[in-house]
Amino acid sequence: MEQKLNVSSNPHVRDRMTTSRIMLMVVLALMPATLFGIWNFGFHAFLVVVVTVLSSVAFEWIYDHFMHKPNTVKDFSAVVTGLLLALNMPPQIPLWMPVLGSAFAIIVVKQLFGGLGQNFMNPALGARCFLMISFAARMTDFSVSDSFRGVVDTVTGATPLAALKSQGFVEGVSVPVKNLFLGNIQGTIGETSALAILIGAVILLAFKIIDFKIPLTYIGSFAVFVICYMLGTGMGFDVNYLLSHLFGGGLMLGAWFMATDYVTSPITPKGQLVYGVCLGIVTGVFRLLGGSAEGVSYAIIFCNLLVPLIERATYPVAFGKGGKKA
Amino acid sequence: MGKLTFKGGVHPYDGKELSKNSPIEKYLPKGEMVYPLSQHIGAPSVPCVKKGDHVLAGQKIADANGFVSVPLHASVSGTVKGIERRLTATGTMAESIIIENDQQYEETEFYSADPESLSANEILERIREGGVVGMGGAGFPTHVKLAPKDPAAIEYVLVNGAECEPYLTSDYRRMLEEPEKVVAGLEIILRLFDRAKGYICIEDNKPDCIAKMKELVKDRPRIEVKELMTKYPQGGERTLIYAVTGREINSTMLPADVGCVVDNVDTVTAIYHAVALGRPVISRIITVTGDDVVSPKNFTVLTGTCMQELIQAAGGLKTEAAKIVSGGPMMGFALYDLNVPCVKTTSAFLCMEHDPVSEATVTACINCGRCVKVCPGRVLPSRLATLAERGDMEGFEKMNGMECCECGCCSYVCPAKRPLTQSIKSMRKMVLASRRKK
Repeated sequence: MEQKLNVSSNPHVRDRMTTSRIMLMVVLALMPATLFGIWNFGFHAFLVVVVTVLSSVAFEWIYDHFMHKPNTVKDFSAVVTGLLLALNMPPQIPLWMPVLGSAFAIIVVKQLFGGLGQNFMNPALGARCFLMISFAARMTDFSVSDSFRGVVDTVTGATPLAALKSQGFVEGVSVPVKNLFLGNIQGTIGETSALAILIGAVILLAFKIIDFKIPLTYIGSFAVFVICYMLGTGMGFDVNYLLSHLFGGGLMLGAWFMATDYVTSPITPKGQLVYGVCLGIVTGVFRLLGGSAEGVSYAIIFCNLLVPLIERATYPVAFGKGGKKA
Repeated sequence: MGKLTFKGGVHPYDGKELSKNSPIEKYLPKGEMVYPLSQHIGAPSVPCVKKGDHVLAGQKIADANGFVSVPLHASVSGTVKGIERRLTATGTMAESIIIENDQQYEETEFYSADPESLSANEILERIREGGVVGMGGAGFPTHVKLAPKDPAAIEYVLVNGAECEPYLTSDYRRMLEEPEKVVAGLEIILRLFDRAKGYICIEDNKPDCIAKMKELVKDRPRIEVKELMTKYPQGGERTLIYAVTGREINSTMLPADVGCVVDNVDTVTAIYHAVALGRPVISRIITVTGDDVVSPKNFTVLTGTCMQELIQAAGGLKTEAAKIVSGGPMMGFALYDLNVPCVKTTSAFLCMEHDPVSEATVTACINCGRCVKVCPGRVLPSRLATLAERGDMEGFEKMNGMECCECGCCSYVCPAKRPLTQSIKSMRKMVLASRRKK
């Protein structure tokens, strides 16, 4: 017989979803937050986004090229890392800093540990924390000078969370919850608008890129922590205080886009619930009991380190091994 | 109440519309017929004919060898050309009886019986003599399956009409065209298990079959039709039992351990033929389908027919097919040579213009957990595959690797296109081999 036939093990069909398609969906889901950030913070924010993404991709290519590895730029994971890092940058950051951050994220956190799928820590958050520790002043300077909205605010103001931490929620003085939700506040480029982030989250959920397990347990357990804190410290239940904590700072961006990072979260279904609860508690400890106003980035990279332990403790029971017997 | 189903599973493109409306056609073979001696699980049959013998269709040509074994019958009349090793659909060479078809299709005499007058042992004997095996693909001798340690403990007899494999329509056509045979076969099985209820289980993508079966069984109090959610692998033995009864079995258990017996639609029909009519298994329904076949069809095919002939009978191939699979796309065997015989367990030939497997690029696992979500065995396929690739047999067993049913869902969904099922499957074979050594 002349005809040549392919032979392989079953199954002989494959789903259309690919790694690069998943990464592109994440980029798409980040667009509302990105575009809002640029509109809110101005042309420099746009430059930060472009420079961070391009430098991430460049470092990925450079590493692959000089280490004689297959080119992994096509899987778009470096684009996602770069974009997430950019959204975690203050709007007026000097451009060399996100470039340095990209190098750290791609080369140190991701590639040195074996590349895509092998890193134990979220590369974008690892790089953000690296920059925070190295250049604390620059990384917490949230002044804005060229907003496209025309709201020129050159005052080096504290973020709403920092204000909340020092004085609690004061009607008329603190930033209204509505602004926190819509994003008319100071903060990093992508974290300010809870609304824009939630639109992105809906995209991720609709295309089944993520599910509710990690974000909801994270946000839920953090909310419970804040309520306990309010009641425990005699502050009394204050819904504005609670909502300020939920919509302010990096919680929304962290919970929907970074805690859900496949590589650095547990693969076991129960483990994902445990991971979410751990994140909520650790974030609460960092934000409310610790010294800084923000805590999401550190909470996530800290919990990333717990993932192997969580997976070991939540290994699923196989079908027919402990379920209902006749 | 929600639709009966299980946790996990996938929805691949089902392709059934290609062949679903083509009524069953009888195909009469031309050339030589090849009968591998091992068309079932257990000891291969022992030939009872020799070169030069003239045989009739339905005549026994090989005897069962021990309890877990079945006899084999000629499906045509003709002359035995020899007994030699031939290629089979699974890719291995197997000892086979070769018969030159005289194209007369002269049949031997069959002795029918009234199932009502037969004892349980007589029924089992007739099933065994008819060479009946699990025709869904496993090929386990049916008389063994139907003789559990304690027949009184069997509460459910499940007729598997799920046909969850994409593209296959043989069970569908059987249930549509000859539903009374399926019901009659089930009634025979129920005679073996006094306490049992009979459930005919059909996926809800076959509403016409469900309606037909419901109409047929409405006056039979022991038989019910169960509608299943359409999802692969709904027709797997473990998933089917779970969907219908809520009971779980693992890899070390048999359905009988939870009071169940599961038989495929075609097997149940074969039971009817063997017990009531005395006709052995010499034919079965095979779907010839796929985007590369000119006119996809369902055939009644005599066992031993060469597959190449069958594809010609369906109009031949449109292009040089990239891949031809014996069985469905999820669990079938890819063939490298079309010169293989149809056997008792062949359910379909799927001819694919493109091979998505060789066209895909395998990349690194991103730990997305899709394989975990779809796994009906509730294991972690991506981790098991990594252990398998590393050759870590101990870790593989410890992480429930042996609970995999090789359904292929994990490889199907993997966005990195890793051949997860393949890695796990080969490791399972190695574990089983090392267990046998001990």
